[in-house]
Amino acid sequence: MRLVDHFQYGLNSPICLTWELTYACNLACVHCLSSSGRRDPRELSTAEAKSVIDELQRMQVFYVNIGGGEPTVRSDFWELLDYAVAHDVGVKFSTNGIKLDRARAAQLAATDYVDVQISLDGATADVNDRVRGPGSYATAMRALENLAEAGFGQPKISVVMTRQNVDQLDDFTAIADTYGAQLRITRLRPSGRGADVWDELHPTAAQQRQLYDWLVARGDGVLTGDSFFHLSAYGEALPGLNLCGAGRVVCLIDPVGDVYACPFAIHDDFLAGNVRSPGGFQEVWQSSELFTELRQPQTGGACRSCGFYDSCQGGCMAAKFFTGLPLDGPDPECVRGFGEQALAARDGSTVLPKSEVDHSRSAPRNSRGPVPVTIGRRPDKACETSPLAGMPDDASDSRLRVPVAGA
Amino acid sequence: MFDPARPHRCSPKVAVRPEPFGALVYHFGTRKLSFLKTPELVTVVSGLEQHASVHAAIDAAGVDEAQRPAYLRALAGLAANGTIEERP
Repeated sequence: MRLVDHFQYGLNSPICLTWELTYACNLACVHCLSSSGRRDPRELSTAEAKSVIDELQRMQVFYVNIGGGEPTVRSDFWELLDYAVAHDVGVKFSTNGIKLDRARAAQLAATDYVDVQISLDGATADVNDRVRGPGSYATAMRALENLAEAGFGQPKISVVMTRQNVDQLDDFTAIADTYGAQLRITRLRPSGRGADVWDELHPTAAQQRQLYDWLVARGDGVLTGDSFFHLSAYGEALPGLNLCGAGRVVCLIDPVGDVYACPFAIHDDFLAGNVRSPGGFQEVWQSSELFTELRQPQTGGACRSCGFYDSCQGGCMAAKFFTGLPLDGPDPECVRGFGEQALAARDGSTVLPKSEVDHSRSAPRNSRGPVPVTIGRRPDKACETSPLAGMPDDASDSRLRVPVAGA
Repeated sequence: MFDPARPHRCSPKVAVRPEPFGALVYHFGTRKLSFLKTPELVTVVSGLEQHASVHAAIDAAGVDEAQRPAYLRALAGLAANGTIEERP
């Protein structure tokens, strides 16, 4: 049996664990996969977070990907970072750079076993700030400068590929080279607020091909988080697992301790349990009903007869789910066009699943109810000052908006 | 140069995590993950310390003689990436 076949049946501990420390964020990126903005009052305390780290050490989870929200806005972030490293749990954290001043950069340069990933979604301020908000490009660049100046070895620059930045791939490489950084590119998912902008931001079919060709030609040393395995159906398999690892080798611990099958699947349907439950994270990982089910052999469904099923494995579960497609059918960005057909075949009765977890600053406070949005909303002019301009803060008004299902 | 006649051990910088297929190996120095793809290979690697040579560890793990060359190749790879090393 190939290693990848073993992986489908699950591992004793995850290989790639994402842990989002807070829903609080100073930015309000239009495509935020976790709909972050405001802190959740139920977030894990410092002591609880440390006991999760203890558990990860016992389970021999050798490193975690920490994110948010913006993890560095937690006042105990640096304490937790040191605690994890001291307990053999290495940390790679994603940040927009807001707290990476010269002093922090120097501190990080002196810490072994920490990777830093700066998010950047445009190689120019114009393209980046349209998605991530005004000033965010400058913030990221300043953080990269500080890290380079402090002699921090090879931070990552993490780019979500969109219709607006596929043409900038070589420019991203140039930026990475300038700062002694490594480029990481990942796929835009229709998760969180990403669902609201996916239609207009996800790469076109031609751009997907362009991206694939670029990866094959120039992708050496470029990290992808295995997120483009659906492109393998173009021909040559891309480096990586080429497998949806959700609940098998991958999972997410969210800021309130909820464990989801993958970072892009924050929805009740993919909620396996909570680290605060008596058995802790280990019990959820090893015995939850959801993860057990995900580790059953996959049938391939409608894709089984496709000659490319072996290379793409039907693509990304979250991408299918949040675009209202069946989980055992084609990925919405299937390179053979079956996803587009399936999207076109959705009728007015297709209800797009919407996560109840929304910490957007535009969402009604403490609401777990549906947050109405208009799909395909283009950032309007006033967006020059705030990426969420035009979104109502007032819940009563937002009720009048067109619900997703009917859009 | 990897010499299976000499005594070896698992690097002290390495942690071995048992998995259904064998084990996952993490090197805290290089931060690289590697995989021991059979339970027998895990036995060999964890048993190195108790044996006078790599060959003896392979014998003790009950590896099929026909498989020895394949195991030696795998172990040479593990020596090259620092997972195992000669015992001082």
